[in-house]
Amino acid sequence: MQTPPRLDLSGITKRFPGVLANDQVSFAVQPGEIHALLGENGAGKSTLVKMIYGIMQPDAGAIAWNGQRVTIANPKAARKLGIGMVFQHFSLFEAMTVLENIALGMDAKIPARDLEAKILSVMQQYGLKLEPHRIVSTLSVGERQRIEIVRALLLNPNLLIMDEPTSVLTPQEVEQLFVVLRQLASEGCSILYISHKLHEIKALCDTATILRGGKLVDTCDPAVETSRSMAEKMIGGSLKDITRSAGRALGTAKLVVQGLSVAKDGPFDVALKDISFSVKAGEIFGIAGVAGNGQNALLLALSGETPSTSPNAIQIDNRPIATLTAKQRRLAGMASVPEERNGHAAVPDFSLSDNAILTARDRMGMVSGGMVNARSAKTYAGEVIAAFSVKATGPGAMADSLSGGNLQKFIMGREIMQKPQVLVVSQPTWGVDAGAAAAIHQALVDLAATGSAIVVISQDLDELLSLCDTLAVINEGKLSKPIPVPGANIEEIGLLMGGIHGENHSETAELAHAS
Amino acid sequence: MRLKLEKRPAPSTFMLIATPIASVLLTMLIGVIVFDAIGIQGERAVIDIFLTPILASYKWQDVAVKAAPLIIIALGLSIGNRAQIWNIGAEGQYVLGALAAAGVGIAAGPDAPSATLILMILAGILGGAAWAAIPAFLKTRWDVNEILSSLMLTYVSFQVLGYLVGGPWQDPNGRNFPATAPLPEQLTLPILFQGTTVHLGVAVAVILPFVFWLLMSKSVFGFQIRVVGSAPHAARHGGFDAKQTIWMALLIGGGMAGLAGALEFTGSLKAVNLGFPSGYGFTAIIVAFLGRLHPIGCLIAGIVLAITYVGGQVAQTTVHIPNSTAGIFQAMMLFFILASDILIRYRLRIVRPAGARA
Amino acid sequence: MSPEFIIAAIVTVVGLATPILLAGLGELITEKSGVLNLGVEGMMLMGAICGFAATAATFNPWLGILSAAAGGAIASMLFAVLVLQLNSNQVATGLALSIFGTGLSSLIGNAFTGRIVPQFGSIFPDALAKDPIWKLLFGYSPLVYFALAMVPLTAWFLKSTRAGLILRAVGENDHSAHSIGYSVTGVRYAAIAFGGAMAGIGGAYFSMVITPMWAEKMTAGRGWIAVALVVFAGWRTGRLLAGAYFFGFLMWLELFAKANGFGNSLPFLQDIPSQVWAAMPYVMTIAALTLISSRGNVGASAPACLGKPFLPST
Repeated sequence: MQTPPRLDLSGITKRFPGVLANDQVSFAVQPGEIHALLGENGAGKSTLVKMIYGIMQPDAGAIAWNGQRVTIANPKAARKLGIGMVFQHFSLFEAMTVLENIALGMDAKIPARDLEAKILSVMQQYGLKLEPHRIVSTLSVGERQRIEIVRALLLNPNLLIMDEPTSVLTPQEVEQLFVVLRQLASEGCSILYISHKLHEIKALCDTATILRGGKLVDTCDPAVETSRSMAEKMIGGSLKDITRSAGRALGTAKLVVQGLSVAKDGPFDVALKDISFSVKAGEIFGIAGVAGNGQNALLLALSGETPSTSPNAIQIDNRPIATLTAKQRRLAGMASVPEERNGHAAVPDFSLSDNAILTARDRMGMVSGGMVNARSAKTYAGEVIAAFSVKATGPGAMADSLSGGNLQKFIMGREIMQKPQVLVVSQPTWGVDAGAAAAIHQALVDLAATGSAIVVISQDLDELLSLCDTLAVINEGKLSKPIPVPGANIEEIGLLMGGIHGENHSETAELAHAS
Repeated sequence: MRLKLEKRPAPSTFMLIATPIASVLLTMLIGVIVFDAIGIQGERAVIDIFLTPILASYKWQDVAVKAAPLIIIALGLSIGNRAQIWNIGAEGQYVLGALAAAGVGIAAGPDAPSATLILMILAGILGGAAWAAIPAFLKTRWDVNEILSSLMLTYVSFQVLGYLVGGPWQDPNGRNFPATAPLPEQLTLPILFQGTTVHLGVAVAVILPFVFWLLMSKSVFGFQIRVVGSAPHAARHGGFDAKQTIWMALLIGGGMAGLAGALEFTGSLKAVNLGFPSGYGFTAIIVAFLGRLHPIGCLIAGIVLAITYVGGQVAQTTVHIPNSTAGIFQAMMLFFILASDILIRYRLRIVRPAGARA
Repeated sequence: MSPEFIIAAIVTVVGLATPILLAGLGELITEKSGVLNLGVEGMMLMGAICGFAATAATFNPWLGILSAAAGGAIASMLFAVLVLQLNSNQVATGLALSIFGTGLSSLIGNAFTGRIVPQFGSIFPDALAKDPIWKLLFGYSPLVYFALAMVPLTAWFLKSTRAGLILRAVGENDHSAHSIGYSVTGVRYAAIAFGGAMAGIGGAYFSMVITPMWAEKMTAGRGWIAVALVVFAGWRTGRLLAGAYFFGFLMWLELFAKANGFGNSLPFLQDIPSQVWAAMPYVMTIAALTLISSRGNVGASAPACLGKPFLPST
């Protein structure tokens, strides 16, 4: 008799208001198998694993575990079965120690000393380095992920769910992670690996299940498929390439940043140290780096949300603007799009029309005598919706009624249609489906073609390599030398992302702090 | 079977308006039940509290005079609340407003020209704003919680009041009673309808909501307040200064409370004594919420709350309920309105356990 | 200043500090779970009247204290249902609870005005409790010792127990706690109820220990001082204790100024109007909050989810 699959899903369905998140999804994960769950943002991957981990309940369908039908009422029940999970947005507690964080993931009360010994043995077994008494907020993203992994491994899982684990790691850290995962699989633990990064799946996984719009499209062998064929199954169409007008020439330096430094704003913040770069008219300049290395502070410093004290630190067309406020910088021709859509780039419970007022009111003439001209705001929002094919009921639609991709298109459109001289965007396609991402990339390329200077801050190295003329790497608030993208060496960029001193550096800092 | 919340695609305007009305009706219903249960004629009490002031035309002037300060203070507070800036010290700003007006009146002397009245009202606005400027300064400078600082200043304002009316500003002919001298006739607010107590302040309370409505719905300032309250980071991204918003919200809140205090002093009470703080500043918080932080809502809610004040006094004599009962009704309304807030953004659905559930 | 004077002063300060210490400890636990309950004043008044009424009915102050705790906890549940189940604004709901508690306690208390209830006996022999010196240690109401015992107990609970760890986790990151599988709502219900019970006991201190009589609004804003105290203490139990006694001292200054004036002992203070002393606790609260806030560590030590609504999708 054949051994039953470790996990067997049949007909799993989950409905949210207005969306069918999972529609009759059925597939099986075998013991010791590394099984990829592949799909675009919004395809229903996260919902599906939340049901496997007991955070949500399916509306219909059955889950079988080692051949037995089970109901997984909550995460505790999942852990009891032997299901562990590493979350995409880590479920960690910043102000607590590594040890406390791990204890919170245990269902039984284990004396702190025993727990520490167990942690050390697991770390030894899998070559994971962690200091149990460090406060989480002082750790790098890679270290934080290790906490989650150790926490899951302490329960001796038979199935480990990894939700987009590599989106925040350097290429080197990704390699280390794969070593751990392969070791686990060889010991018989099944791994459900959620990602949309195709080359990783080809490198790591035995099987891939592809979801699109909540439905299962295909279960295939990634070794046989090409990246392109899997991508096309994922998006349900053929991939569009960015079109650039041939033979374009870059102009003179438009945006010049010179010795820009910003102090830490809070305990979990990163200071910017002496940042210098320049972007020519028509150039797309990329800033790569692992999350939490000062990208956010850089965007705020450029957009004017944290003005600087030395006027010449930022210049547009030789005009010093670093002491100007966000409003004044917009009038001077600088537009920006921060990483977080909801609550930063846009107000979720405002209409698109009101969201147009938020950043376009001065440049697009929506204000006279302290009063807002609602009609011109509505017209402008309507134009953005039409030009960027935003799926919305109209300018009166609430921002939070749009999907992530559509809202991002609206936000990008709102800035681009103001024809800014300089546009700074952070994570322009974060959590956005492939169609919207392609449209956004094309719009950035088109804006550059009109002679604007564009800065793209992104953690997605692939995105930067396909989009930018030049890129630099930010690490611990410091920016590397610019690297021309044609002929860039990915190994070198990866090392820069990890920082030359990397973790050693933060350890020394902590020692200095303790003494 | 259980209840499930489902997010609506857009906020429900129906619920926005229906829930405050339902809150008042529910409060009345529960009032009947509870009063009956504790041996007071429930129906009679509720009718006296909520309906008698409307049905008996001779009570209208009382309602109007009580509603005026509630509406004016609530207008200012609703701006702060919209920006998530919590000024709960309006009572103190109201007292300071009256004291500032009284100070100008005393300085001008008993024979001052009636134009002094305008100065007194302006002083009232400034006095209230100045008292609110303390929490504004502390919050913008050192991030001191404005809820606590504004409230603590209310207790301080009572001591300022006690010191002034029992000391330097005490009426020399007042038989040692701690109060200012009564205002001379020419420094009191004109009466709108002869033979009533309805003074000019009532007209101000009727006109101001429309001014605020225009301000909040059409101006960049109103937009700024709404953005800061809804998404502070987005406000910063949009180029709105957070500190400026804090200052404006608190100064307007304090200024309105001060205006209410000055109007109450010059229009109704004519003198300031230890009993001047009567809780309008706190009740106005309920008015602001019952009015859904909308200027016209504040106008209506101010009248409703004034009715319960007047009705509470009626019920005190008819069914002998204690003075504090009106406060319970007011708090119940606030509870209901807060509880029903969620219905604007979410709809309640009854979920039956599905047979197909895994 | 004679030793008798100093002993009497200390006894009074302890009495003034105890109710805000009790209510402050409760609010500390509530806030550690991520919930800001501004209804402390209302819960204290509910505790004050429930304790008084139960003692009047049973002549047993211990039952009185139990019912004070129950009264405060039940009042807090009104807040909890609105905030946790219906996602209402915590600031406004807490305010509503304060107004409601003030009104309801007055309504209930109407029937008890003018009555006097039996007080706690001393838990120590009279030889100690009534001794002019030893009363400094043994002469207090049992509630004083209870409050003092609760300080290390609360600190130990937060730092060393698993339940305390979970409570802090819920206040630190509600979504993470939820995704690991803890009941955020359940933990917060418990924390709010504890806060209500402690505020109730703190309120009963006014109606059962300070005076054995009921008076409307007898807590006189101390509930708000208790809320300020938690910020002042930076959410740490040790500093909460110190803060409570500091505020107790300030309130003693007012009482002393009213009763004696400073004329006899400190002549240079005699021209200061009594209102200055009366305003002192409130002014000093603002000053203390400013001092703490200006050091810039309030944001860092506050529970990260404090005051934020939590609504998981299911």
